[in-house]
Amino acid sequence: MQQVVQEIKNLSIGFTSQKGEQISILKNISTIINKGETVGIVGESGSGKSTLALAMMGYVKHGLYTISGECIYQSNDILKMKNRELENIRGRKIAMIPQNAGQSLTPNLKIGYQIDEALRLHTNFQKEDRDVKISELLNKVRLPSPETIAKRYPHELSGGQQQRVAVAMALAGSPDLLLLDEPTTGLDVTTQAHVLELLNFIAKDTGTSMVYVSHDLGAIAQVSDRVIVMYSGEIVLDGPVRTILKNPIHPYTYGLLKSIPKLTLSGLPNSMSGSQPQPGTIKEGCSFYDRCEFAEDKCKIKSPELEFVNEFNTSVRCFNHKELHKKKDKDKKSSKNVLRKLTKNEILDISSVSISYAKQKFIEQLLNKIDDTNPTVKDINIKIDKGETLALVGESGSGKSTILKSIAGLIKAKDGIIKFDKNKILSSDLKKREANYLRAIQLIFQNPDESLNPNHTVEEIVSQPLKLYFGLSGNELKQKIIEVLKKVRLGEFYLTRYPRQLSGGEKQRVAVARAFAAKPDIILCDEVTSALDVSVQAAVLNLLQELKEDFGTTYIFVSHDLAVVKAISDRVAVLYQGRLCEIGPSESVYKFPSHPYTEVLLGAVLEPDPDIKPKLVAEDIVEEKPPEKGCSFQGRCPRLLGQICKTDVPPWQIDENGNAIRCHIKINDLKNQQISN
Amino acid sequence: MTLVIKKEKPKSTFSKIVEIISTMASRPSGLIGLIILVFHVSLAITSPLYAPHDYKAIDPSLMLQAPSSEYWFGTDSLGRDVFTRTILGGRTALTVTFFGSLIALLWGGALGIFCGLVGGKIDDVVMRIIDAFLSIPWILAMLLIVSLLGTSTIVLIPALGFFYGKGIVRVARAATHDVIAKDFIVSARARGHGNFSIIWNEILPNVRDAIMVEGAMRWSWMLLGFSSLSFLGFGVSPPTPDWGLMISNARGLMSFAYWAVLAPIFGLSSLIIGINLTADAFAKALGIDRSTKAPV
Repeated sequence: MQQVVQEIKNLSIGFTSQKGEQISILKNISTIINKGETVGIVGESGSGKSTLALAMMGYVKHGLYTISGECIYQSNDILKMKNRELENIRGRKIAMIPQNAGQSLTPNLKIGYQIDEALRLHTNFQKEDRDVKISELLNKVRLPSPETIAKRYPHELSGGQQQRVAVAMALAGSPDLLLLDEPTTGLDVTTQAHVLELLNFIAKDTGTSMVYVSHDLGAIAQVSDRVIVMYSGEIVLDGPVRTILKNPIHPYTYGLLKSIPKLTLSGLPNSMSGSQPQPGTIKEGCSFYDRCEFAEDKCKIKSPELEFVNEFNTSVRCFNHKELHKKKDKDKKSSKNVLRKLTKNEILDISSVSISYAKQKFIEQLLNKIDDTNPTVKDINIKIDKGETLALVGESGSGKSTILKSIAGLIKAKDGIIKFDKNKILSSDLKKREANYLRAIQLIFQNPDESLNPNHTVEEIVSQPLKLYFGLSGNELKQKIIEVLKKVRLGEFYLTRYPRQLSGGEKQRVAVARAFAAKPDIILCDEVTSALDVSVQAAVLNLLQELKEDFGTTYIFVSHDLAVVKAISDRVAVLYQGRLCEIGPSESVYKFPSHPYTEVLLGAVLEPDPDIKPKLVAEDIVEEKPPEKGCSFQGRCPRLLGQICKTDVPPWQIDENGNAIRCHIKINDLKNQQISN
Repeated sequence: MTLVIKKEKPKSTFSKIVEIISTMASRPSGLIGLIILVFHVSLAITSPLYAPHDYKAIDPSLMLQAPSSEYWFGTDSLGRDVFTRTILGGRTALTVTFFGSLIALLWGGALGIFCGLVGGKIDDVVMRIIDAFLSIPWILAMLLIVSLLGTSTIVLIPALGFFYGKGIVRVARAATHDVIAKDFIVSARARGHGNFSIIWNEILPNVRDAIMVEGAMRWSWMLLGFSSLSFLGFGVSPPTPDWGLMISNARGLMSFAYWAVLAPIFGLSSLIIGINLTADAFAKALGIDRSTKAPV
């Protein structure tokens, strides 16, 4: 019999709406966290996963209250405890690691002091012992030279280091249970893989139980033993990680897994229709009914109970899980192949573009000159063909968004020329560009909450480019808006809506509609899916692909998500510190990531499969500035040759597949080394 | 699969106003504020119709009479009816300050948005000038203007409007800064919209509420400022009834004829409280938290 750390019994948490109705955020949650177990809680935004994690600490957000049920820790209900009693548990017995460590660390206190404070509160160590313990903790989370780190302020550390400090603080009280709320969401892929590996190690080393809350099935797959899938405030699936991810017996999980782009699949993932219902809108029946492919009439009337299936050792909330299991085997092909029609017809030619963020001195301003020998982005040469999707990938700080902004004319390039349609040189100053060329290049942004004016209706939003570029008005304008909305699968009734009345996916569709209303030749997509939920992301990707097939638009697609890039792009350009490392057809880049950085990057991608472990090749150091001389990747390269990498900029090499890399090592040698590894 | 579509009609401007007012009135403080404000405004409009006495009739025989059934609030040192003068006394103040705050709102809002949008050197220079103006005691500057140009309404309205608009510049600029970094502005820029179009279509709808609430707040401060001017003898010229002037005239006799001071004080302070409560309720109805949003 395993030792139970925490037991949640029939927990419901909710709020009272303005109309006086009681609305549940969590509905009858019952589960057990065993000692030494890592439980992953997955769900899309609004599924109640964070509320559940906070309840496990005895915390209920302001405005919410416990409707029923209890959360038992050491035979006490922590939801009924007084603050005094909770103080003895929080941090000491149950600790939490928040999503954004940078924001949860006090900015004007040194790291050492903050950990010392945690130790002072949660342990009985004396001052001398605490100093030793601080070094010990920092060592445990694998921070280099703990003494120096302890003397630093939070802002002097990188995101990954801050997250490690947060882990160290949480471990200070040697808790029984560690709650992690999306601990790696804001981190770069390589850093994320390292932090997850660390968490795995700590779980094994200390025997602490962990509850890992995330929307990212890839991260969950790496750390958890057991997975709980939440939908609309209910547990819909609860079982061992392999069963859940490889053989999901709930239609939601099944659809969710199918909608995740994976490195092992080619083409676009299938999308799920609709979105998660708002709390309180589902009065009876299964909350997944509207989106379920397997739904029957009884699902609408009666809500299924959580049922334990012995065969899979899993609890599932579905009437039809057996049928799903049978049906699934027939439905093997889970992705659509992308139609690739490439014409050799150059539309954009970026040649030796460099961009600098350095502040201009007054005289330089007058002379309109920038004097910076080590600019943020340097020497970018890319030719883009009509109808092509080119992806720019790289970690944060790689300059991918900067290049996009420079193409749009939002940032002035220091050097270099951007040519449109073979002969038209685009001015780097937006104000000097002619309307027709402004129209030809449109942007779609990462977060539709920011890119749509909250005080404009959908009609006003979509009308902007139509009025500006085509001078439409009156009925003609309205007809055109409806037409454009139809193209992004939004009906006429959306015209009068405000962005706040739309779901995330709908908002992004409006943003796509606005870009397409201009009839552009090139669309610049800046992380367009990273603010969206997984099931919605697939739908937006599919929409973009369909629109491209209809209009022959060229996309320049910026993303940090390599699986998404693989699904949608024809060609990939890998950037590190504002310098191109590798560029080539996506198929061959993903098959043989020749450049050492591409290899590191692809190795760190997390697949939603517990059996595929990320390869951690390089250190996850964050470099502040690109090196002055030599190869841009010299600081982290696992295949560093020696002095030559530090002094000479590597030459371009092209292999037989059209894959070009910048490295001193021969391209075929790199491939051979990878195979022999 | 069925899509549940919420029927939500676009609201007309009128129904929006009705909604805002009913939200304001749903809180006791907002309701009290609105009642006081409406009472004062209607009093100012209609009082000449039913003022019981002539506000400028001087009668030495009636000097400093205590409140009676004939003279409800008593009489002042020149034998004029205090009640008549009190109900008429808010007219000039309300008119001058209303148009004054309108001017403050317009120029302050426009300059603030402009500075927030262009940023850089121009913004720096303009804001330092504003800071410099803020450091001058406004009443001294007002006295200077009034003594140079006279105390007519034509002078007072723009002068007050100018001095009270400085604070609005800051609020408008701060509100614009909140909006300016958002991607929808970048998007409009990338499309090639001009500065004017960006201000009008993208920024103004998002900062309008903050500016309007600040304007309402400035109104009550300006009212106090205007009454102070009258109190010092630089506002409304006698014999026109005005609260500030009335307080000034009667304050020496406060110890034995308190009524002559009390009535205008009550009029002035109730109006200021009314405007303050209304402005706060207005801010809450629009969803702006004044305690965190107003920088001045």
